Amino acid sequence: MSKTVTLPLNLLSMSRINVASLGTWLGQLALPVIGIVGFLALWSVVASNIDTSLGKFPGPGAVWEQAVNLVDEHVAQQQKASDFYQRQEERNAARLAQDPSYEVKIRDFTGPPTFFAQIWTSLYTVAVGFLFASLIAVPLGILCGLSKAAYSAINPLIQLLKPVSPLAWLPLVTMVVSAVYVSSDPMFSKSFITSAVTVSLCCLWPTLINTAVGVSSIDKDLLNVSKVLRLSPMSHVFKIVMPSSIPMIFTGLRLSLGIGWMVLIAAEMLAQNPGLGKFVWDEFQNGSSESLARIMVAVLTIGIIGFALDRLMLILQKKVSWDKTAVLR
Amino acid sequence: MTSKHQLELSQVGIDFPTAKGPFTALKDVNLRIHKGEFISLIGHSGCGKSTVLNIVAGLHQATTGGVILDSQEVTEPGPERAVVFQNHSLLPWLSAYKNVELAVKQSSKKRNKKEIREWVEHNLELVHMSHAVDKLPSEISGGMKQRVGIARALAMEPKVLLMDEPFGALDALTRAHLQDSVMEIHAELGNTVIMITHDVDEAVLLSDRIVMMTNGPAATIGEILSIDLERPRNRIELADNPKYNHYRHEVLKFLYEKQRKVESVSSHRLAQRNNKVGQHNAA
Repeated sequence: MSKTVTLPLNLLSMSRINVASLGTWLGQLALPVIGIVGFLALWSVVASNIDTSLGKFPGPGAVWEQAVNLVDEHVAQQQKASDFYQRQEERNAARLAQDPSYEVKIRDFTGPPTFFAQIWTSLYTVAVGFLFASLIAVPLGILCGLSKAAYSAINPLIQLLKPVSPLAWLPLVTMVVSAVYVSSDPMFSKSFITSAVTVSLCCLWPTLINTAVGVSSIDKDLLNVSKVLRLSPMSHVFKIVMPSSIPMIFTGLRLSLGIGWMVLIAAEMLAQNPGLGKFVWDEFQNGSSESLARIMVAVLTIGIIGFALDRLMLILQKKVSWDKTAVLR
Repeated sequence: MTSKHQLELSQVGIDFPTAKGPFTALKDVNLRIHKGEFISLIGHSGCGKSTVLNIVAGLHQATTGGVILDSQEVTEPGPERAVVFQNHSLLPWLSAYKNVELAVKQSSKKRNKKEIREWVEHNLELVHMSHAVDKLPSEISGGMKQRVGIARALAMEPKVLLMDEPFGALDALTRAHLQDSVMEIHAELGNTVIMITHDVDEAVLLSDRIVMMTNGPAATIGEILSIDLERPRNRIELADNPKYNHYRHEVLKFLYEKQRKVESVSSHRLAQRNNKVGQHNAA
């Protein structure tokens, strides 16, 4: 009797668990896959119906082909570079054997940058520009949040400069960098400095504003605790202000990094500075039948990197944040 | 008891600027408190109890008069006048231990590492929180948070302990536990305590004197009731004690008879709100 009662109950609970796990499995994996597959299908249908002066608009297949091509080109270029250095070394060793007083000169490989070299350049530039901007924006934001006077003094400037597209600054930045950054043996190239400064100029504002708002909205009771404990200004900032405003600071940082990455690509296209933007522009000027597919590879790469950068900031935020239960997205 | 009066409020008044000109919240508050005395401030919502406490804490500056603690005028907040805030105000990113430790490190620079650790642990033990020292505030109950808040205040070794409705946000049972803890601690340490409360029973049970405040604007001290009940006090025995019930009656009479008349003179709205509070408390 008892068996006949428990058996259906067990079955029922088992089927419930299965439905639940099926639901999470669907949500986590299947639904995004369905979305992507649907997009790919739509893309290939639409692409096959668009004729451009450079041939048909590339569908997913053509783009994949070019992605493989770009990898192959990179591998071939690396092979070429290592061959070059090996030949150079052999030649130098031979000359040194003939003439011990010979001063060895090492010349760099001067082949054109591959797609992956351009990715690296862009990533490096955005990182430097973003870090530089954050180092200015976070302390300045904290100052604006703490002091009404500082806020009143700086706020009009923020409001005036924030809506300016950093690309409008680009000509000025270019001229100033060429005039000011003069060195016979420069550590960084001028184009790198120009791009990084342009990125910095747009990364400043979201971090600055969000930090200021975060700091000025700290719980009043916590401020009173700080007063009763007579915390010094420094420990007030590090023990009360910073931990309180970490969520807002990171909101600002993530917005800044996203904007910085977008602006960098545009700046590279406009100024012909090395990076992914230049790759896109070069392919456009090149105008071969593969160009559009190669640009499409770059477009998708830019998207994937932008997404990865945001996830990276999220991981960093989770590490730094004290509230491990907060749902971050 | 070295000096007769440890804390003295004389002619304390405060004006807050508003769009319609200055608003006088408090006027002519005079109070002398002995060392080791337990004082309760009671009155209707908005009567300025918290403002009195904040002036003593140094968080607000009195417009007229002043506060003298051990023959020194109070001008700014400081650890010798530790505050237990109504909603605990623990730093949410620090564990119970670290919250108390921050206070210990700030209030006395003389201790070495070992002494700091011992003092933190001692104070957490005093409020019966030794079992949860490494928990974050979000991981413990409201009553436990308030215990840690009290430990933090006690760890500063304050001359005066200021408590702003410390148990207002807690359920009745937890509140009773914490009241017992506070009585125990007061008996052991003999701190001077000023506590704000809405709860008549709490005031009578804990205090040496109950300071009853009139309604604002220009609120001041209406009556002071000395509670002559022997310590240690037991809530169950007192429930049947005629003296205890007399004191309760006195406070209730002040709050709901004497002060109600003043309300009808003051703005209609305020009276309505206080009536609601009255009904709520009576129920």
